[in-house]
Amino acid sequence: MSVQTTDYTVSEIRSPAAFVASRVFIYGALLFWTFVCLFPLYWTITTSFKSAVDVTQGHLIPFVDFQPDWKGWRSLGLSPDSIFETSTVRDEFFKRFMNSIITSVGASALAIVIGSLAAYGLTRYRYKFAWFKNEDISFFFLSQLILPPVVLALPFLVLYREVALLDTRIGLILLYTLMVLPIVIWIMRDQFNSIPVELEEAALVDGLSIWGAFLRIVMPIALPGMVAAFILAMVLCWNEYFFAALLTSTDAKTIPVMVASQTGSQGINWWSMAALATAAIAPLAIIGIALERYLIMGMTAGSVK
Amino acid sequence: MAEQISTANAWSANPADLIPAGRKRLGWALLALATVGLLAVIVVQILYKTEMSTIGFDTWRPVIYAYVLWGAALGAWQVLTRGEDGQRALFLLPALLFTIAMVIFPTLFGFYIALTDWNLSSFTGRRFNGLDNFWQMLADPYYRNALFNMVLYVLAVLVEYVIAFGLALLLNAQIRARKFFRVVFLLPLMLSPVAVSWMVGKSLMEYRFGPAATLARHLGWENPAFFSDPITARISIMMLDAWTFIPFMMIMLLAGLQAMSREVLEAARVDGATAWQTFWQVTFPLMLPVSVTAVILRIIFKLKLADIIITLTSGGPGGATDSVSSFIYREYRDRSNVGYGTMLAMAYLVIIVVFVTWLLKFANRFVRNVN
Repeated sequence: MSVQTTDYTVSEIRSPAAFVASRVFIYGALLFWTFVCLFPLYWTITTSFKSAVDVTQGHLIPFVDFQPDWKGWRSLGLSPDSIFETSTVRDEFFKRFMNSIITSVGASALAIVIGSLAAYGLTRYRYKFAWFKNEDISFFFLSQLILPPVVLALPFLVLYREVALLDTRIGLILLYTLMVLPIVIWIMRDQFNSIPVELEEAALVDGLSIWGAFLRIVMPIALPGMVAAFILAMVLCWNEYFFAALLTSTDAKTIPVMVASQTGSQGINWWSMAALATAAIAPLAIIGIALERYLIMGMTAGSVK
Repeated sequence: MAEQISTANAWSANPADLIPAGRKRLGWALLALATVGLLAVIVVQILYKTEMSTIGFDTWRPVIYAYVLWGAALGAWQVLTRGEDGQRALFLLPALLFTIAMVIFPTLFGFYIALTDWNLSSFTGRRFNGLDNFWQMLADPYYRNALFNMVLYVLAVLVEYVIAFGLALLLNAQIRARKFFRVVFLLPLMLSPVAVSWMVGKSLMEYRFGPAATLARHLGWENPAFFSDPITARISIMMLDAWTFIPFMMIMLLAGLQAMSREVLEAARVDGATAWQTFWQVTFPLMLPVSVTAVILRIIFKLKLADIIITLTSGGPGGATDSVSSFIYREYRDRSNVGYGTMLAMAYLVIIVVFVTWLLKFANRFVRNVN
């Protein structure tokens, strides 16, 4: 997924005027979309520093339009002056935050383990379970992708009640694993296909078992693909709302559910809402910026041959 | 998506891998024991729950443990009786057992719930009522409306595709700071749709003070209420959803553009084609397979659309923005009506499966005909 500089666009341009015009257009469009992408983020972050008046008057620029204040963060118990005091809101927030981390990391890890194994088996061996061959099994896994959450939601609500998994993190982890498993298998299949079989054949000749060859030879090579699949799965699980809203109530509530339930009796406290939204968004925004390469690798797996 | 596996290697079973009879017997014994154990737990539990016996567990959870143990025994049986072939099967078994347990059983159970009248908040419990839910569904104008909305939402994917293609072309042009723009353009995909719908939908697009409303007033829209009349509300939902998901298609299309062979474009240029001609005659046809994959994946994600609508409009005004998922969600939340909600969901599943199957067939033919 390396980015090459493609310079054919330039060579197509004939006159200098046309060149300048095309540059202006390209950068204009790029900057416009940058604005579209970043302004909502800017709005969210600045709103968390505004008081009620600044919000309702639509003030935009800190220090010019309004005097920033830790108001939103104080209400979460996360501002510099309130961080060392006890705060029930902060405890609540950290609880939800930990729930989100545990469910998304747990589900992604579980999906990576069983998904990689399945993908490896499907790319290397021929299976035949009754009348199901490799193609059918692959299709079975990938077809789970079209299954909308709503189909499983109500049966799971009833079943989870019966097995006492309602409002538990384990319950959410199992469902999220199911949700991201097709994507993981899709990415890992592509990854394993790109690893030459000769490597394992050599390992087998050297006396390693099938599993030994997989764990000691193939796994290290496939690690970037696993990271990519893991991060993509993380993003999907972290942002998941539908199952979390239906299947959790007090114990296992995740961040998106907490964000969605922030309507007070006197309407919405925009500053605290904004602070909470910022805190919910921040981890993934940071991961997205730092590990963008892997994300792109995950998303483009299998689409370009 | 049912692509052929291109480099699958069939390693023939090793004939020298002979398995002693004792080991085989052990494998079979293990499997038999686990199967009996699993069945025993289920039977005990059924008897207990139907109050025919007093021995049993409070919840059905032990059945899950028994199933996991049974799965482990199944794996051991494979290895013990089939040797190396069994070890190969071991790669596939965990994912297979997991998916079957999590999908097949709940779906079948769902088809059963769909045929019952079951209100979780009432004490009467479930009552089998055959196809009543089905007839009720056919007469439900709100469900039909939600389905119609899904058609509109899916059609919006085409607009998203055009924008995503444009952005991919921009990123593929010779520009400075490409990495910066790529990261920024990708960012909306990372953000939680719920947080986004609050901060963008409810705050940024707020009627009185939201900057988007202010901007719309400056542009001459006198009454910029984004969510009060049905058509604008739908468009607002589409825009928000597009904002989060355009990067997804953009990245796939960008990868396609970067994988395109330079020689073809060079050849087109040498032949004197203008940029416009090059795009329509060369780039676009070559990008067709990637485009189709991106659009289909996007449609599949679109069919699950729920969280933005639930948090932003809860289906309003008057159910105008409802997607099927959000409608069923409210059906459950407001009326605890599990039976009817499940019937709606199952009908939706059938519609989706038919639609996506047709879409894949159609796309396959389409790509083949054009190329």
